[in-house]
Amino acid sequence: MSSNIELRLPSRLGYEKVAMSTAASVAKIMGFASERVEDLKTAVAEACINAMEHGNKLDESLTVGVILSMDSDGLEVKVLDAGSGPGTSVHAPNIDRKIHGEEPSRGMGMFLIQSLVDKAEWVSSPPSGSYVRLVILVDKVKD
Amino acid sequence: MEDTGTRVKLEEVSSSGGQITVMRFTGDITSTSEVAILGTYQGISPDTTKRILLDFSKVEYINSSGIALIIQLMYAAGKNSQAIQTFGLSPHFQKVFTMVGITKYTSLHADEASACAAFGD
Repeated sequence: MSSNIELRLPSRLGYEKVAMSTAASVAKIMGFASERVEDLKTAVAEACINAMEHGNKLDESLTVGVILSMDSDGLEVKVLDAGSGPGTSVHAPNIDRKIHGEEPSRGMGMFLIQSLVDKAEWVSSPPSGSYVRLVILVDKVKD
Repeated sequence: MEDTGTRVKLEEVSSSGGQITVMRFTGDITSTSEVAILGTYQGISPDTTKRILLDFSKVEYINSSGIALIIQLMYAAGKNSQAIQTFGLSPHFQKVFTMVGITKYTSLHADEASACAAFGD
């Protein structure tokens, strides 16, 4: 059996913590270990920030949708915005270039998302918008 | 929403190797933390301060924009020949800092004493 929880957030930085807290509560109820809950919190927060900043350009008339779906396989989180998707692939940050000011110090969100969850995919579906889909799998649940 | 803005308190502590300037962070570290973090750092004299300790023990939330500010601080400190040690990060954020590679430029310590000792004499 599956069940869903849906949130709509304003495109205002700081409100990603609402999604982060909700995802953490759901993951705890499902029995995920605290380390996995922390991973999910950061991944969801980064996904929402990207949606607000890059997808919705911080236009507060646009909302960020967050859909949490629970089933026997794990927890899926979709974060939806009105943009066209990131348009870039995920790459590990080059800390040497960042530390020496040779590339922007920002731009680590997608890398963190992909590193912290079991599955991450970015889907562009114009004209309706785009979304990122995150999954943490139940086989990582603590005994 | 609750005010979780960044606050930075500067303290001077003594060690066998000399004075250490401690930046004690409180609150969230996000894109809104630039003035608190970099502004406070810019108030530290690069001529007299060569050892900086970052205290994250009262920080609960750091996002990638906040990590970017820490990288900018390290960039500035490197240009000023200042050494940086770090303590107080939760196990999760120790993992995140390690993932992005910051540990190549600062060591993450469990507590203030071990972080201070890491500066050496």
